[in-house]
Amino acid sequence: MAELSVTDPFAGLGLPIMAGRCRLDPCAPDTIISIAPFPGHVASVDAVLRGIGLGFPKPGTVAAAGSVRAVSAGRATAFLMGGPLPEGLQEHAALTDQGDGWAGLHLAGEAAEAVLARLVPLDLRPTTFPPAASARSLLNHMPCLLLRVTQTAFELYVFRSMAGTAVHELTEAMRSVAARSAVK
Amino acid sequence: MTQSHRIPGKGRIDRARPVRFTFDGRDYDGYHGDTLASALLANGVRLMGRSFKYHRPRGVMTAGSEEPNALVEVLEDGQHTPNVRATMQELFPGLHARSQNRWPSLSFDALAVNDRLSAFLSAGFYYKTFMWPPAWWEKIYEPLIRRAAGLGSLSGRHDEGRYEKAWAHCDLLVIGSGPAGLMAALTAARAGADVILAEEDREMGGRLLSDAPEIDGRKGDAWALAIVAELASMPNVRLMPRTTVTGAYDDGTYGALERVGLHVPTLADLPRECFWRIVAKRAILAAGALERPIAHPDNDRPGVMMASALRSYVRRWGVDPGRVVIFGNNDSALDAARTLTAEGVRILAYIDPRPVPPVEEFRVYQGDVVGTTGHLGLQTVRFRHRGGVSEIAAETLALAGGWNPTLHLACHMNTRPDWDEGIAAFVPRPDMVPGLAVAGAAANRFSTAACLADGAGAAAAALADLGLKAPDLPVPKAEDGVYAIAPLWSVEAPGRAWLDFANDVTTKDVELAAREGFASVEHMKRYTTQGMAPDQGKSSNVTALAVLAETTGQGIPTTGTTTFRPPFVPISIAALGAGGRGHGFAPERRTTSELASRRMGAPMIEAGLWFRPSYFPREGEATWRDSCDREVTMVRQAVGVCDVSTLGKIDVQGADAERFLDLVYSNTMSTLKPGRVRYGLMLREDGHVMDDGTCARLSERHFLITTTTAAAGPVMRHLDFVQQAFCGDWDVRLISVTEQWAQFALAGPRARDLLNTLLRDPVNAQGFPFMACSETRILGVLGRLFRISFSGELGYEVAVPARYGAALFDRLVAEAENLGGGAYGMEALNVLRIEKGFITHAEIHGRVTAFDIGMERMVAAGKDCIGKAASQRPGMIGPEREQLVGLMPLEGHASLTAGAHLYEEKAPATAANGQGYVTSVGYSPTLNSWLGLGFLKNGRARHGETVRLEDGLRKRKVQARVCDPVFFDRDGGRMRG
Amino acid sequence: MRITCPCCGSRDRREFTYYGSDDYLRRPDADAAAQAWDDYLHNRDNPAGETRDLWYHDPCGTWVKVTRDTVTHAIHACEPVAGEAG
Repeated sequence: MAELSVTDPFAGLGLPIMAGRCRLDPCAPDTIISIAPFPGHVASVDAVLRGIGLGFPKPGTVAAAGSVRAVSAGRATAFLMGGPLPEGLQEHAALTDQGDGWAGLHLAGEAAEAVLARLVPLDLRPTTFPPAASARSLLNHMPCLLLRVTQTAFELYVFRSMAGTAVHELTEAMRSVAARSAVK
Repeated sequence: MTQSHRIPGKGRIDRARPVRFTFDGRDYDGYHGDTLASALLANGVRLMGRSFKYHRPRGVMTAGSEEPNALVEVLEDGQHTPNVRATMQELFPGLHARSQNRWPSLSFDALAVNDRLSAFLSAGFYYKTFMWPPAWWEKIYEPLIRRAAGLGSLSGRHDEGRYEKAWAHCDLLVIGSGPAGLMAALTAARAGADVILAEEDREMGGRLLSDAPEIDGRKGDAWALAIVAELASMPNVRLMPRTTVTGAYDDGTYGALERVGLHVPTLADLPRECFWRIVAKRAILAAGALERPIAHPDNDRPGVMMASALRSYVRRWGVDPGRVVIFGNNDSALDAARTLTAEGVRILAYIDPRPVPPVEEFRVYQGDVVGTTGHLGLQTVRFRHRGGVSEIAAETLALAGGWNPTLHLACHMNTRPDWDEGIAAFVPRPDMVPGLAVAGAAANRFSTAACLADGAGAAAAALADLGLKAPDLPVPKAEDGVYAIAPLWSVEAPGRAWLDFANDVTTKDVELAAREGFASVEHMKRYTTQGMAPDQGKSSNVTALAVLAETTGQGIPTTGTTTFRPPFVPISIAALGAGGRGHGFAPERRTTSELASRRMGAPMIEAGLWFRPSYFPREGEATWRDSCDREVTMVRQAVGVCDVSTLGKIDVQGADAERFLDLVYSNTMSTLKPGRVRYGLMLREDGHVMDDGTCARLSERHFLITTTTAAAGPVMRHLDFVQQAFCGDWDVRLISVTEQWAQFALAGPRARDLLNTLLRDPVNAQGFPFMACSETRILGVLGRLFRISFSGELGYEVAVPARYGAALFDRLVAEAENLGGGAYGMEALNVLRIEKGFITHAEIHGRVTAFDIGMERMVAAGKDCIGKAASQRPGMIGPEREQLVGLMPLEGHASLTAGAHLYEEKAPATAANGQGYVTSVGYSPTLNSWLGLGFLKNGRARHGETVRLEDGLRKRKVQARVCDPVFFDRDGGRMRG
Repeated sequence: MRITCPCCGSRDRREFTYYGSDDYLRRPDADAAAQAWDDYLHNRDNPAGETRDLWYHDPCGTWVKVTRDTVTHAIHACEPVAGEAG
């Protein structure tokens, strides 16, 4: 029983924020655990994860089973999000808790892709970055993990310490995009 | 009298929406859809500016972004935007514009005296005149020239406008929406490609909007509108009007500037401009061609403009140009004359050096224009012809010297175009930019039919590259006239003839440059400044180099062009740096204790991207020194709490983790037992110290290493490199956990008491010795505990997952205060470590070795490590090197400054006598003295010696005694107990 | 400029940090002669034409060896450094 209270990374930042056809909310999966297989052990890790309906995701993809996901999160690395670690990974992979280091945001709406275009250098067209795709990239000048959830919704993870900057940048982009509809 | 020069019923302007605007303090009316230039012309205003050097009266010459003359200032919300082309400024209610480069007014400009002095102001004048007396240059000539030079003025205030940057990706980028661009976009879009169609103008259609040739039995502008409507309805097409593609870069990346909010009054949240990076698999440059003038004497009066611009002003904006004379050398000029006549314009004369058969609607002369009159605006045109010399009164002289394909983007990868004798213009070559095809007039197709076909063909080729099937789309029928031209660059007649209107360069200047030896086109450009104005010579480059070619006798192909570089049009710095002002410059990294620290009144300082508290002022403390001194004493006598979360933390796991750490650390980590921490040095491969930190072994195969705050990113990158380059098949994985853990230092004699308030099972000195580590429950939360010290006092660091950081800090500070202690900040942290001789990156600044800081034994003998070999090179170890020492002022309260240099007591302060320098200083309340750390030649052998610190910047000299850098508690008993 | 990260695909060069020549991959033995280390640390060819250099894809931590042409800017190959393990 923890005697220490929990602080939300977005406390005091005014979420949710709505502007135009876009909405920004916090999102916090129960867990984020990094799974980094040792060389030659990817197949073993994959087997263990298949046991819980997932699998070790190929680069840029997400495997999902209910609310638990295995997200490709970098070089030979997957983040297990939303569920506990299955048994049997210890000897095959380096495991670290990442749930406190990353702050998650949910950006949704018809204008979500246009808003992200202000900050993310990726090709976010649905044909190239479809739902269940993931990417490590930059949110302007911040490292980020980006997932597409649906055609018009994304999850964005940034360093906890940069939560304020991320909310500020996204809000400004949302406002800039929204303002265009007032002009012809 | 408003809008006296409008043709009723003409123009694509909205006469139902009048717009009031101001120019040079006077109100005028225009219509929605006007540009400032078209609205002024419609109001009978031809005088719009004064030329750069000679302050000659000037009017608008073009209808596009290549405008060289009509540069104005737009005033809004106390801001000036100078050098706005009146042709590009769309009219909006309340637009407030002002002419530039004239005093006191546009119609009476005192500096027009320069025109009388033109003989002294020719090309390169500042190298030849104003040379005597030499002393006058700095005090008189230069300030005067400086005041007279430049175009436009700034408000002097920061630009607080809103700008943005954005990315776009597509299969095909089509640049330009004339007939070629529209056909290309439509062809590709119907095949299912993702198409972006970028158009500089506010409306799509290119020249079709002004010339309206017949396409498939319809007027060209109507055809264009229908195509645009279809494109707008297609989900795979993005139309980007008001967007100039400014540069072609590597790998299919294009820069583009979109004017988002410049055509409306300032709106909250609406960006003024957006700078785009467009990544396109393929691109088609269909940017058309720009008409060039003919150089003849006095060809620069207000009322002289391009024939194509005249067509635009008549058809697009319904401007009545008055009586018109056309001077051209090619068939498009004749076509212009015919069409304008059909639109109701009075063409008094058509003058062409070629023999042209007579025409019913207007008089045709074979000849050339030799001069004009009219001070503030064109009054008469004087011309030679078969029958002699004539002079006729006219309001507008339209010049039509031929067309230059707009191929700039295709040349941005340091390639030059080819000269085509047939059209007397430069044309693109294939594959100048990988993935970019040129189509339409930009590729020297000068008939509408050829443009349409070319656009369709370029799109089909691009589709093939993209693996898409071209649609069944017939090319519409249109005129397919021949384009004949007789090159005429400059008329042989007395008087000055202008080439570069924007920088006031005449044909005489180019001839002078050649005579003075600046005969290459690159030299001519810099010597005369031709082509260096905001228009970058769009209407003068080709004519100027033709004049140069004739003067040198080299011919045009040999003379060649200068280098084409982005941007195609000027881009405001604000757009390029959008979002980067002030707070937007870099991410702000905030710790879990920041809110509490601010509440406690701590000023925050920036340590890299992080914000850290400088000190925690208490009541009665007047200065930062009061607080800092008190915090140091508080830590040495009771206990202090400091947030150290910002240090880099890297998790290293695997069977080969210890082997890997032995490679990257200079000392040995494989011998470290689980539950223990070891201080480590990392060297760069060149043998110098890269970083220092701690290495904790949590278990057999699990390590946690720390880095200096600022070095976290570079060390991670370095470790990734070593692992991937040299240890790719080792069982070791690394990941940063800097953000995962909030970590706090507890320092002072009562640190253990403080710690035990958090632990269910209290620790004692023996049970948790110096340099131990473990997982522990801290107030019920699974965290980590380390017994390490940067203060030299009994110290622990507690780490919890970051979500608990704020709460833990609050609890720690409260408990510490109960024990007579409290929070301490960066200033005290620095003094404490200086007292103990602990180094930071002030000491390991990149040119320092392990030997220099007295840690040569930390480079383990029995193993290789990164930097080992180079660290043992000759010269890297030895008495001639500057070694870490401590410094104390001889005189009790003298202060020391970092950056001061060290000299022997009596030696003068010269570079040759330099013995070293000071890296860190602080006032030590523990020792009642200023202390310094620094590097001194052979320092370890010179303890007890007196040296002189001399700070040249702050003009201070202090005598100091050299001593051991550990000033306090030499054997470290306080932290080991 | 766009570089293809072996893990993430084609990305703008702003996501990468340049390190230097792929000479850095051929690390001399600890006891190699001084000249070998001097060359490794300090001496480089500077070709107008094909060159191989090392770039770090900051977002995902992959080191990439890029073969490109310094004259035409063409990028011929992007390979993972870790593929050359040893």
